[in-house]
Parts: sequence; structure tokens; C-alpha cells
Amino acid sequence: MIAWTIYITFGGAAAVLVLPRAFARWTALVATLAGLAISLATFFCDDVDLAHFKTVVRVPWFPAFGMNYHLALDGISLVLVLVTGIAAVSAVLFSWDVENRVKEFFLWLLLVVGGSYGVFLSADIFLLFLFYELVIVPKYFLIAIFGSTNKEYGAMKLTLYSFFGGALVFLGIVAIYATSGSLDLNQLAQFPFPPQVQSWAFPVLFLGFAVLAGIWPLHTWAPTGHVAAPTAGSMLLAGIVMKLGAYGALRVAMNLFPIGFYQWRTWIAILAVIGIVYAAAVALRQRDLKFVIGYSSVSHMGFVLLGFATANVFGVSGSVLQMFSHGVIGALLFAVAGRMIYRRTHTRELDALAAMNLRQALPFAAFTFVVAAAASMGIPGFSGFAAEITILIGAWKSFPVAVWITGAGMVLVAAFTLRALKRAFFDVDLTTAGAGQSELPPITIPERLGASLLMFATLAVGVYPKLLLDRIQPAVESLRCVLK
Amino acid sequence: MVGLITFLILIPLVGAIALYIGRPGSARVVALIFNALSGFYALMLWQKFDSTARGLQMIERHVWIPSIGAEYLVAVDGLSLILVLLVSLVFPFAFSAQRLERGACALMLVMQAALYGTFTAQNFVLWFLFYESSLIPAFLLIKIYGGENRDYAAVKFFVYTFLGSVAMLLAFLGIYFAKGTFDFEALARFGKSGLLAGNLRWLVFAGIFLGLAVKVPVFPFHTWLPDAYQTAPTGVSMVLTGALSKMGVYGFIRLLAPLFPNEIKIAGPWLLGLVVCSIVFAPLAAWAQRDLKRMVAYLSINHLGYCLLGLFAITTSTSPLIDKHAALSGVFLQIFNHGITAAALFYFVGLLEQRRNARGIDDFGGLMQRTPLLCGWMSVAMFSSLGLPGLNGFIGEFLIFKGSFAVAAGFTAIAVLGLLFTAVTFMRAMQSLFSGPLAESCSGFSDLIRTEKFVIVPVTLLMFGIGLTPQFIFNIFNATVVQMARLFA
Repeated sequence: MIAWTIYITFGGAAAVLVLPRAFARWTALVATLAGLAISLATFFCDDVDLAHFKTVVRVPWFPAFGMNYHLALDGISLVLVLVTGIAAVSAVLFSWDVENRVKEFFLWLLLVVGGSYGVFLSADIFLLFLFYELVIVPKYFLIAIFGSTNKEYGAMKLTLYSFFGGALVFLGIVAIYATSGSLDLNQLAQFPFPPQVQSWAFPVLFLGFAVLAGIWPLHTWAPTGHVAAPTAGSMLLAGIVMKLGAYGALRVAMNLFPIGFYQWRTWIAILAVIGIVYAAAVALRQRDLKFVIGYSSVSHMGFVLLGFATANVFGVSGSVLQMFSHGVIGALLFAVAGRMIYRRTHTRELDALAAMNLRQALPFAAFTFVVAAAASMGIPGFSGFAAEITILIGAWKSFPVAVWITGAGMVLVAAFTLRALKRAFFDVDLTTAGAGQSELPPITIPERLGASLLMFATLAVGVYPKLLLDRIQPAVESLRCVLK
Repeated sequence: MVGLITFLILIPLVGAIALYIGRPGSARVVALIFNALSGFYALMLWQKFDSTARGLQMIERHVWIPSIGAEYLVAVDGLSLILVLLVSLVFPFAFSAQRLERGACALMLVMQAALYGTFTAQNFVLWFLFYESSLIPAFLLIKIYGGENRDYAAVKFFVYTFLGSVAMLLAFLGIYFAKGTFDFEALARFGKSGLLAGNLRWLVFAGIFLGLAVKVPVFPFHTWLPDAYQTAPTGVSMVLTGALSKMGVYGFIRLLAPLFPNEIKIAGPWLLGLVVCSIVFAPLAAWAQRDLKRMVAYLSINHLGYCLLGLFAITTSTSPLIDKHAALSGVFLQIFNHGITAAALFYFVGLLEQRRNARGIDDFGGLMQRTPLLCGWMSVAMFSSLGLPGLNGFIGEFLIFKGSFAVAAGFTAIAVLGLLFTAVTFMRAMQSLFSGPLAESCSGFSDLIRTEKFVIVPVTLLMFGIGLTPQFIFNIFNATVVQMARLFA
């Protein structure tokens, strides 16, 4: 059933293309809602074995070379499919007032979503790569056509980084296929790759995927790309696309080459910690609200990579949880900054926003941003806390020093988040502020719905992380790369 | 008895004569009608072709010049068949791209006949006859109908390829005097044990290699190509890159690899080095071009380099049969794919040129606002060319890399750079053509008109079709791949 997320999304894309433009946004909404409903139904369905990467569909595709249309599902995939569904629905809701080239916009949007579902569910490495690269093209157009600030530069930078990562991944996949003769991820997870192959193939493949996850120092596409993208574009970029890289690094690079992974994992941890601290420090100095959020994404994804590097159940489960959590929080932050604020004020400069008294002009935006900021800082009760604490517990076992540095990084995260929150919403003394800004258009209903969905998700997981961890942990335990 | 293949060769020739019966203005229509006819015969050939059988099929053998062992021997196997299909596809595509004069149409049809002959002939004398007779129309097409700089380009093209041909002819005379036959199959059987002895074999090998390397072309014999492709009219460039350039690759597969297995093994690393240079330097050169046609031309060198990478990788060293199968299948697919995709790229550059009378990368800008359809379809062709999964280019390249990685990991890893540079080149081109502010000179641009859509939609569908379900095209040459892989083992 879960395979239908892919078909419905692509079907929706085709429908958007065929139907008149008046139906475009409703078609997109229905398609993404259906995807979310399917993943939720699977999520709450008890008789699905989520501990193993169980085949869902398997059809011969190019049989002479062992390529199959092969989808499978385990807890890790399911959680990521779920966050894709949530981010997609809210991205559509936050794009409700797109007027310019509507059909095209929702077409690209649905293609990104459908391709991401495909990546998370592929059990054939060739298929996975196909979906993975499929996401690049619509992403480029989404930014280059519909973006703002320096959009061509941002789109091109992102695409070139993606292609660079893609070329490394391609090389790694060729190496896998040439060494083992198989493309099936489950078979490959059993295959004993020679250690000398692993020790060079792992870094190639991991780095290739991690480019898209925003690993330091290859992260620079992320802030510019996020800033240039239209709101829905940055929501999908932060919410889903960065997860594609992290997922690939886990499912393919780490799980197929455990020996190579153990050799290199200290380096990954170092890069991850640098990424966390460095991005947070840079975010502290940004003047553009979207840049602040863009760098915070890099910082949060650093936690994911740190969790991977721990190679234990806690760390890796925490990483998957963090992928979910950041998917929701990142989307929420970009939604507030890009849609709720920028569409109305036409500026994202923190100094300009400070003078606008947005707290009174847009109270709902202020409320949403407070929630999002709290979640992003890792306040207990929100999903960010649950994820990061799990990762840090894992890291404590493997890299105690990293925990201390990361702790300092978390302070920086709190600092820049509070700074942005204060500058954007709470900088005006109420007594001196006039009511001059009250002519801003009010927050619309789709915006409220989208924001509520995301806030609900981060709260639900924050209050009851077991909901996700119960499904993630068995799947993580059955991965080959996790130390028992 | 006159068989299907002979018909196929004769139809374009008859068409070339028929052009001069009708009015000059109707030349293109007549040419297209004859192409429909030859396309129909090509499809019949495909339909009659037994894809499970190994070896040559539909053999037509007639005595020709018995004193030198030259026979009229035409036949097809899987490799020949996909090339015949490719020629039948690229020519109508090229004819519909541009309104060519009557003389140009006639020359193109003659070239088409020569190409059909080249890809089906199984005897060297006959093959060489067809091979050479495609050269003259190409030369004339560039020389008479080319754009600026055509004299220089035409002469350069002719001198390069003619020198190559002479070298090849001399080499084959050497083989004939040693073995007494011109038959490809018979020669291939000698190949295993060594065709010739002593240093002569290296001379002969070098002669044939040079002839074919110029034709493909391989670095450093490629310098005629950008000039020729740039100056030729759109339709001619499409044919040059889509069909004519395949003669070289075909020759490598059909002649050099079976005839000189031992020599290739010894020279292997050098050959691979040259090929990797083609793959890596060509897109860098393309990156530096300001003229779109030159850019596409350089990328053509890169794409054919992949074919030779696969071929040389599996012939230079002993690899498992499965890798040989993968690489050879990839090579065959890549030949076909490159034919379609490169022709499509030249077609689009031609469309831009028609609208603007210029084709510099800087002459355009912001086209996305003005002509979204043109940009969209052109992007598909570009993505196909840079090897995006889901489109036809990827599957061939993936198989080639897979097959060659097992035996030449280092060379293959370097060749991946070629993929990256190609992507960068195309992305830069897309950015400066499609996005940014609308260039003033492009404000009167018209989007695709109906006839153009009619041409480009089937080609694009084919790109997606091969990319998503490669099996149908793979079935054509599967048996041939198995047979050849054994030959190279």
C-alpha cells in the first residue's frame, strides 16, 4: 500500500499538467493529502514488520542486468515517508496564493515529493539513484523560476553541488555493482565487500550523499539555496531534500560498507561537530532571517551526521528522529519567514523587521515562530529535544569529547534563535510602537492549517517520542553498520 | 534475388534521383517520403530479425570481383540492426529540421545510402566502398552549404578523414596479402591466433586504428570535428553527429577489436589513456566555447569516448563474462542514444539560430519567460545528454561504467569526471540561455510551432522510453552481445 504514495504523487503531477489551472492547487493538495494519509495508515497499522527492510513491490525491470523495480519498507523508511507527507501537505498549503505559472509550480513541487518518496522506499540501488537524481531537476526549476533574491545563482549552485555529489554516488554505485554483481539493497547488505574496496568506496559514497545533507565544508549550497527558493521550495529543501542525502548515506554508504565506515567514522564525527558549531556561529551574524534559518539547517543536519558517526543504536535512532524533527521544524521556520513575513513585509532584513512590530501585526506568525524557535533550540517537549538528546546519549558512548563541543554548539543555536526571534518579533517597546503596521494582510486559513499541522507534529513527537522510536529502533538494530 | 537490405540501400539512392524529377521546392517533401519508405523497410527488417539467433542474418551474397575476393555480402546482426534503425531515425529528423536546397537533400540521401551500406556490409572491400562514399557527400555538404569558414572546415575534414582512410586501406591490403580474404567473419577467426607476424602487425594495427580514431574522433585526432560541425547546416550537423560519427565506433567494434585482440591487450593502457583524455578534456573544451554548436560538438567527442572506454576496457583485460556483457550492451545502447540525443541538441540549437540568426551563448537570455516550451523540451535533451537517470543517456553510461570498472577501475574513476564536466557545461548553458532577464534581442521570439512540436515530441518520448524501459532495445542486440563477448574472451 505504501507504494501508492509514489504513484499518487506522480499521478497528481500528471493531473496538474492536464487539468486547467484552476484545479492545480486542489489537485496538489489532494495528492499530497492522500500520500500523507497512506503513510499515516501504514504507520498506525500494527501488522507491518518494520524491523526489516521488507519488500513491498518487486517487478523485473531490466532483468538482464538484475535491475528491478523493487520497493521495500522498514521503520526508518516509514518515518521519512511520513515526514515527507507532512512537509508536502504543508508546503502545498503555504503555496496556496501562488499566482504566477501555477500549474508548473505544483508540477515541480509534486515531482520533488514523488521522487523523495521513491528514494525512501527504493530497495534497488539503481532505482534509488534514479529517484535521487530525479529530484534535482524540479528543484532547480522551482528555485530558478519561482525564487527570489539571487535565484539563478542559488539554483545553479545547488544543482552543481547536487551533480557533484551525484557523480561521487554514481562512482560508488558502479563500484558496488562491479564488485558484487547485485543491485538489491537487501542482498548487498549481506555481501562481504573486501575491506580494501570498503576503505575507499565508503568515503566516496558517503561524501556523495552527504553533500546533499549539508556536511561541512560542502554545505555552502544550503543557505544560498534555501534563501533563493520560494517558500515551498525551502520547506521541501530543508524538510525533505536534505534528508535524502542523509538517508542515502545511512542506507547505502554505511550499511553496505561497515568496515569502511568504522575506519572513517571519527572523521565524520569531526566534520559533523565542526558543522554544528560553525553553522551556528555563522547564523549568529546573519542579517537576513532566511539566512539564519538556512544556517540553522546546516547545524541541525550536523546532529544527524554526528548520530550516524556514533554507530550505536542510540545515535543512529536519534539521527533518524532528528531527520523527522528537522523536517518538520525546518519547514515551519521557513514557512514563517518566507510566507507569513516576507510575503507581507517584503523584507527579511532583521533590522527592518525589528521596526515593524510584527508581534502585534501578525500575532499568529509570532506564536508560530515562538513554537518553531523553541523546537529548534531543543526545548524539552518538542521533537528537537527528543532527537538531540538521543543523539548525544549515543555520542557520549563513542565520542565523549564531541558531546562537550556540541553542547557549546547548542548554546550557540539557542543564542542565534533567540536573537532572530527577538529581532523579528519582540524588539519594539510596546509603549513607543504606533499602530502603523496594522495594514498587513491577515494570516490566511491555509497558512493557519499548514502551520498547525507542523506544530502538531513537532509537539506530538516531542511529548511522546516513543511513537517514532518504537518504529525506528528495531529497524536500526537490524542494520549491519550498527555496533551491537 | 534482391533482399531487404539491398532495398534499404537502394531506396535513398532512388530518392536522390527522384528529387531531380520533381520541382526544386518540393525536394524536402520527396526526401521525407523516401525516408518514410526506408524507415518502413528498416522496421520490416527489425520485424523479420530473429533476436534470439546468433550470428549474421538475412545474408545476401553475390559474386562481385572474385579475383580479389571481394563479394557483395550484406547481412545484419544486432549491432548492424540498431545502427540501421538509428540511421532511419536520424535522417528524417534531420530533414524535418531545416529546409535544405535540392542539391543538399540529394547529397544527404546519397550519404544515407552509404551509411546503410557501411553498417550492413560484411566484406571489407564493399564496406570500404560505402565508408568512403559517405565521405564525399559530407565534404560537399559542408563545402557548398556550410556557413562561414566552410572552405577551411571542409578541407580540414576531408584531409583528416581521407588520410585516415588511406592508412586503413593500406593496412587492409597488408592483411589481404597475408591471409587472402576480406571477409569480416573469416578474418575475425584468424584474429585469435594473430593475424600477422612481426612488426608488420603493429603497422597494420596503427593504420586501422588511425583511420577509425579520426572518424570517431578520439583525442588528439579530433580537431576537425568542431570546425566541421559548427559550419555545417543544422540538418547536416545532425546527421554528422547522429549517424556518421557512429561509423568509427562501429569500425572499432567490428574490425579492430576482433582482428587484433592481442595487440589491443598490449596497447590497452595507452588506448584507454587516449579515450579518457577524450572523455575528460572534451567537456572542458566545451565549457570554454561561446558558440552553442561548437559546444555541442565537443560534447559529442565526450559521449563517443564512453563507447570506446567500454570497448577497450573489456578487450584489454580478462574480465568476467557478465562485465563484458554489461559493457558491450552499454556501448551499443550509448551508440544509439548518442545518435538521438546529439541530433536533438543540434536540432534545438538550429531552432534558436533560426529565430535569432546567431548562436552564441551570450546572444540569448531569459528565454524561459518567452518560450517555455522550447526551453522545456531543450532541457530534456540536455538532461538526456548529461546522463540524468530516467532518460536514455544514463542507462548506457551506467552499463559501460559498470563493465569497465571491474577491469580498469582507475581509468573509469577518472572518466566519471567527464560526467561532471558535461553536467557543468550544460547547466551553465541552460542558465545563460533560459534564465536571467530577457535579452532584448529575444523579445520577438516565437515558441515552438506545431510542426516543430510534431518533430520533437516523438524523439523526446523515445528518450524517456529507452530511459525507463531499456529492455525493448536491449532485446535487439542481446544475442550479438553474448556472441561478441565470447569472441573477446
